[in-house]
Amino acid sequence: MSRSWGRQDAATIVAALVLIWLMPLLISTYTLTVLVIYGMLALSLGLIWGFGGILCFGQAAFFGLGAYTYAIAAINVGESTLPMILAVIVPALFAALLGAMMFCGRLTDVYLGVITLVVTLILFKFVNSSAGPQYVIGEARLGGFNGIPGFHTLNIPGQPDEYIWGDALYYVCAVALLAVYFLVTWLLRSSFGRIAIGIRENETRVSLMGYDVRARKTILFAIGAAIAGLAGALFANWGEIVTPGLFSLGQSAEIIIWCIVGGLGTRLGPIIGAAGLAYLKFLLGQQSLIDNTLIMGIILVLFVLFLPKGIVPAVASLWKASFGRRSGRKPAGRRHMRRVDSANG
Amino acid sequence: MAETVLETTGLTMRFGGVVATDNVNFSLKAGELRCLIGPNGAGKSTFFKCIIGLLTPSEGQVFMRNQETTGWHPHEVASLGVGIKTQVPNVMDGLTVVENIWMAARRFMPSKEASDKAQDVIERLALGSIAKAELGRLAHGERQRVELGLVVAADPWLVLLDEPAAGMTAGDVDRMSAIIDEMTRTAAVVIVEHDMQFIRSIATTVTVFHQGAILMEDHVDKVMADPIVRNVYLGKKA
Repeated sequence: MSRSWGRQDAATIVAALVLIWLMPLLISTYTLTVLVIYGMLALSLGLIWGFGGILCFGQAAFFGLGAYTYAIAAINVGESTLPMILAVIVPALFAALLGAMMFCGRLTDVYLGVITLVVTLILFKFVNSSAGPQYVIGEARLGGFNGIPGFHTLNIPGQPDEYIWGDALYYVCAVALLAVYFLVTWLLRSSFGRIAIGIRENETRVSLMGYDVRARKTILFAIGAAIAGLAGALFANWGEIVTPGLFSLGQSAEIIIWCIVGGLGTRLGPIIGAAGLAYLKFLLGQQSLIDNTLIMGIILVLFVLFLPKGIVPAVASLWKASFGRRSGRKPAGRRHMRRVDSANG
Repeated sequence: MAETVLETTGLTMRFGGVVATDNVNFSLKAGELRCLIGPNGAGKSTFFKCIIGLLTPSEGQVFMRNQETTGWHPHEVASLGVGIKTQVPNVMDGLTVVENIWMAARRFMPSKEASDKAQDVIERLALGSIAKAELGRLAHGERQRVELGLVVAADPWLVLLDEPAAGMTAGDVDRMSAIIDEMTRTAAVVIVEHDMQFIRSIATTVTVFHQGAILMEDHVDKVMADPIVRNVYLGKKA
């Protein structure tokens, strides 16, 4: 049932590379970099929520953990390679522990959302009140409300003095997003990913088939956290400072809005939702007439009311209605066994 | 002598002060087909859920092929090679028939073999015309049949079915009977059912539940002619 890589994937790579090359002609690379990072962050939630059915209100916790892990490790190590690796591993381990507790405790739906929300709040409160001199890890002070500035930013592996910044950082982030996108694609085409989609559809049935749903959800949750952690580390490199605001409820809520607007159950939707809404917020930030949050709220309400499936599924449906063949009930043949799952787009 | 594949000893399930199953001793031999019948609230479904791990019994033990499975999770029970169908059609509505069946087979074999197995099950259960359809778009009877396909795909040695004929048309029930008949060639089958016509068409031995305990266990014709059973189950005076 797994689909091998084909022409469509090659076309996606070419289109993405062209887009990466062209976009700096329209928007500054400084802005583009953060849009790409937010796209990666949204994809992390899109994976676990859209394909695994795990609604996590605390994806910002893993984003913030990744950023703080990077900053703390970079100050202690004095280069960026090991901190980047740690920024992926630490949130993944934290999520694995949290996920094991939640899923073994059979927490689902709203209870899961509440727990992840509370964990984010605890992390925010803790980091926000860590200004005292006792809050030190190695040579890095957590800095409380002021955060951690002045850490070693991204460098070429093995060459600590060769920094990657400006346009180069944009290209690194964009290629990283492309790599994560294809990692997610591969995952969803694998047996593990297909069964994760089955869990989203009917957890009890998958369990009655003999699959350990708790273990699989924990692993998926940890993978999502690892991607969010990577996004956090890249964000730390972009901003050159990490603050408790990374753990804020506002940040968590925004990630959910990005996914809803872009389209759940797709890979491209969360990326488009994040980049589009973050850019809109950036544009709105240049005026003081209307409050940003109000605009974002109105957009969410409008989407929930009129386009509940989000942009990408709506465009895909429109495309199918206009140009696609109408599918009926056809006999199953060998070809049908190669059908790809709902991981389109 | 045939091996005992399923056995419960003193199985009791209490919900607060209510005793749903009371000291049930039950055994099933390899290749046997057994129907569990009884009026609403007799404890059949609770007994069923205790066996498959959806409920942990308050007292007593469950054995499968002489291995104790009391308190196991449903996935652990299913992993032994036990096919389970619950009362309400439990399928993955957003996925197609072939994807559903593939997933059931994949648990016990590599991906490629699971694809072949899914194709085989689709042909055996005459699901070819709906193989590409999403489960959520299918009629109740078709969904029930697909769920049986999920059970069959795992090549189980023990099949546990809770009301497989519920809400089905006469034609669907006939088809279901044929599928169950085929299942008994390779597996022991336990069926919780209300439809007496369906039971008569498939079963030889039935176990009657009443007030959480086993009231009687015998050939279907004897059971249906028994005045006590007719009284408690069919509501007729002896």
